[in-house]
Amino acid sequence: MSEHLDTMREVAHAMNQGSPQARALGFETVSLDHATAVLKVPYDAKLIGDPDTGVIAGGVVTTLLDHCCGQAAHAALDSFKFIATLDLRIDYMRAAEPGKDIFARAHCFKVTRNVAFVRAVAYDNDPDDPVAAATAAFMLDSSKGKKPGGNYKPPKAAS
Amino acid sequence: MSQSAEQLKALLERIPYARFLGVRADLAGDEMTAVLPFSDHLIGNPTLPAIHGGVLGAFMEMTALAQLSIKEGQARQPRVIDVSIEYLRSGRPLTTYARAEIKKVGRRIANVHVEAWQEQRDAPIAALRGHFLVTPADEGLELPLV
Repeated sequence: MSEHLDTMREVAHAMNQGSPQARALGFETVSLDHATAVLKVPYDAKLIGDPDTGVIAGGVVTTLLDHCCGQAAHAALDSFKFIATLDLRIDYMRAAEPGKDIFARAHCFKVTRNVAFVRAVAYDNDPDDPVAAATAAFMLDSSKGKKPGGNYKPPKAAS
Repeated sequence: MSQSAEQLKALLERIPYARFLGVRADLAGDEMTAVLPFSDHLIGNPTLPAIHGGVLGAFMEMTALAQLSIKEGQARQPRVIDVSIEYLRSGRPLTTYARAEIKKVGRRIANVHVEAWQEQRDAPIAALRGHFLVTPADEGLELPLV
């Protein structure tokens, strides 16, 4: 199991470095355990959503929560599978403190044959005083039948 | 360019994160189409490649916020209370568009639906439903843009 976790940690690291958006935002996996992931996005002036207050854009928290939920889902699977977000619901509780890094902690609490269910919170100081909370569902094996580079071609039947 | 289109452009240019994503907006009367030109840094899955789901969510959130500012005129930037995002199709490496429909605006809460698409308007790639905390313009100083 711990060997498997080491592999998953490498996958998580590769997902942060190999995903251009995750790299552009500076995502970092702080910890990864079975079905649980903690990620960090460093505070950066280019990510400000409200120039009057310096608060980071809600969209950055959205992307962090999506990415973190995805890594928790990966960490809950026995083997690597491509996954895709099916549904993401986010509650924004308060503005993040300007100047502070934002963290997200996600837990994949159920995996079925086709779907992984994940809950997460985003916070700056204390997970019990969250900035936002999320619930997500992921489709497993989402790339079945789609080859690398498949998205360069239009879908066969647009329906 | 109309005065409201210029105000909208200025609104987006003031937000660092909107510049980071590269969001633009076209205005036809009081209806706005937000435009997200494809750029490599938006990719989440480099294998396919596919635009990051978070980016699509953020783009639709921004579309809702901008449409609220245009139509209702806000004393303060509206705040997001909650969003529910549905992912319908993979975001291909193409320009993405989004349009928001304001379903209701009350004294405090606005309900907004957003749809995002790429090559075909009737084949949306993602949808968002959200609640936003609003401060009507008559309680502040700013007037509607349109």
